[in-house]
Amino acid sequence: MRYSFALEAISPSLTNQVATGSFANLWLLIALPLFGALVLLLGGNRTNSFGPLLAALMPIASFGFAVYLWLELLALPEELRSQNLILFEWINIGSFQVPFGLQLDPLSMSFVLLITGVGSLIHIYSLGYMDHDPGKRRFFGYLNLFVAAMLLLVLADNYLLLYVGWEGVGLASYLLIGYYQHKPSAAAAAKKAFVVNRVGDVGLSLAIMLMFVAFHTVTFAGISDKAEQGSATVLFLIGLFLLVGAAGKSAQVPLQSWLLDAMEGPTPVSALIHAATMVTAGVYLIVRSNSIYDLSVAAQNAVIVVGVVTLLAGAFIGMAKDDIKKALAASTMSQIGYMVLAAGLGPIGYVYAIMHLLTHGFFKAGMFLGAGSVMHAMNDEVDMRKFGALRAVMLITFGTFFVGYLAILGVPPFAGFYSKDLIIEAAFDRSIIAGIATLLGAGITAFYMSRLILMTFFSNKRWEDDAHPHESPATMTIPMILLAVGSVASGYLLTFNDSLKHWLAPVTGYKTPEPPIAIPVLIAMTLTTVAIGVAIAIRMYLRQADRVAPTNVSIFTKAARKDLYGDAINEAVFMRGGQKVVNGTTTVDNSVVEGSVRFIGRITLGLSKIIRATQTGYTRNYALAMLLGASLMLLLAAIVRL
Amino acid sequence: MDVTNYIILSAILFSIGAVGVLVRRNAIVMFMSIELMLNATNLAFVAFARANGNFDGQVVAFFVMVVAAAEVVIGLAIIMAIFRTRKTASIDEANLLRA
Repeated sequence: MRYSFALEAISPSLTNQVATGSFANLWLLIALPLFGALVLLLGGNRTNSFGPLLAALMPIASFGFAVYLWLELLALPEELRSQNLILFEWINIGSFQVPFGLQLDPLSMSFVLLITGVGSLIHIYSLGYMDHDPGKRRFFGYLNLFVAAMLLLVLADNYLLLYVGWEGVGLASYLLIGYYQHKPSAAAAAKKAFVVNRVGDVGLSLAIMLMFVAFHTVTFAGISDKAEQGSATVLFLIGLFLLVGAAGKSAQVPLQSWLLDAMEGPTPVSALIHAATMVTAGVYLIVRSNSIYDLSVAAQNAVIVVGVVTLLAGAFIGMAKDDIKKALAASTMSQIGYMVLAAGLGPIGYVYAIMHLLTHGFFKAGMFLGAGSVMHAMNDEVDMRKFGALRAVMLITFGTFFVGYLAILGVPPFAGFYSKDLIIEAAFDRSIIAGIATLLGAGITAFYMSRLILMTFFSNKRWEDDAHPHESPATMTIPMILLAVGSVASGYLLTFNDSLKHWLAPVTGYKTPEPPIAIPVLIAMTLTTVAIGVAIAIRMYLRQADRVAPTNVSIFTKAARKDLYGDAINEAVFMRGGQKVVNGTTTVDNSVVEGSVRFIGRITLGLSKIIRATQTGYTRNYALAMLLGASLMLLLAAIVRL
Repeated sequence: MDVTNYIILSAILFSIGAVGVLVRRNAIVMFMSIELMLNATNLAFVAFARANGNFDGQVVAFFVMVVAAAEVVIGLAIIMAIFRTRKTASIDEANLLRA
């Protein structure tokens, strides 16, 4: 049995318990990688020798502790599983009180395990991948900083502290995208990611301010207690602003444009930050704010629209990309679209969103590491048109990549089959249009992923002359193998006995979806769509691919190659529009503000030209003026007297 | 004693002094004219003091003398400085402050 068909509805029920025992050491999870980051970044070149190794140990230690806490949490009865640790009073101004508090509940525990687990693997992989890089100490320092900030993001017990982590991961992402400082394209991509993320951050900060105005608290527990008192408008606006924040961080339309450029960063960064963890923070935010979204159908609908549009846009872009990392990034965008869509479905979808997030964390990180391994072998070439027939020389890379490929396609029994199918069912429950969109998305996913794997590992050799591909070292292949194992097993483990559902439902709530089409039929439809996508790709790319991208292509391909004109739209609407606004204000400033100031100046100047004629420099003229003035005053005094 | 005569004399002296300041170019002579004006006012002060039977006017006259003495010291110093740099005491030569 894949999962139970029994209809059930669970509402969120956890209340915060004061953390005791080993939970009182919760802060260690964050402190360990933060310590690593501080040592590496403040220690400077002195730490070059042992720094990377130390940095790789920190998330592993955090992961070990996280597993221990997870087992402790599992041992507790279900209603005690939300552990709240207040470290100190952070802000205390009148009625504005924010604790520096951490909260470990099943939802944040899932994220902590994903972040530290995948994070550890990618740190190990980076030891091999970045081995020849002279600046790797800086790289590992940033990577540890990222892990610490991301853990703070998911462990915070209030929105303001979450915001600190949110900005922290944004900073780490910026630093790592621009890690290759000598490349202007990397610097530009980092700046772009930073600017687009700030737009989202404005949304999140507006949501937090609105929460405080409406509910006088920003803690998760306080918001879920008081959310019912909020008016429909307030709840909708909070939901909308949270969505803007989530869209910025998770590269959802209309703030999607930065993610594809972010591939300028080193490949392990793309795997950890821009596939498995940071970009899913938006999904976390929406699921964590379930008390808001459950009360506002309008806000849920906005989330669903964003999810549907992004999952189709990302898949569409993915079909035309020849850069292996950009194709994977487009796929990430699309898969996060699925998660956001699921999160917008309410209690039906929260669990599935997190499930897809976890399985996606495994298979997408695995595929990114595979792409990194291929690049490593091919002199950092990213153009798939220069690959081909690599399966024979890179057997482990091919094997792990193929497992990830089957997982993202949703082929049973790989992970994506469980998580993506559930989202498709839940989407059909809410709306036929959303359902068809997810189905279509699955088909397109099958096409572009097959295209990617065929162009890279099959078809004809199109290598550059100086390419001598070879299998990567064990530090790189072992993490890939472990992630591949996760891609196979995670779907089954998370659905076995409804484990993830029972684990998360006390936090997020749960309701069984009831799609209008029978579930076995729906599964058959999905698999058929996927098969069609694969078949088309095999027909087009199995035997031969062009070494140069064809130019006489349809306007759809052209649009997809240009990321659906996302940058062009941003430039036309926001950049040009912004320039016009700035030019307008400059004109007003020059003519009106500065004009009036100059006018006053000119009057003073003209008057002074007239008056200065009286300053002759002859003493007797001044004396005469004094005499006349004094006489005049006397005369006036006399007249007034009379 | 008729105060009017004194006042008329004082007015005549003051006018002579004022005209002197206005028409003469030699700084020393202008200075002398200013002294004449000051003493004309002193005369008026003393005459009024006498007529009113109190010492207010006489006290003021002393103040005027003290101020005049101080003013002479500074004024003559300035004239000396001008004379040293310009080899003339003509006030029209010292017109650098004109606009």
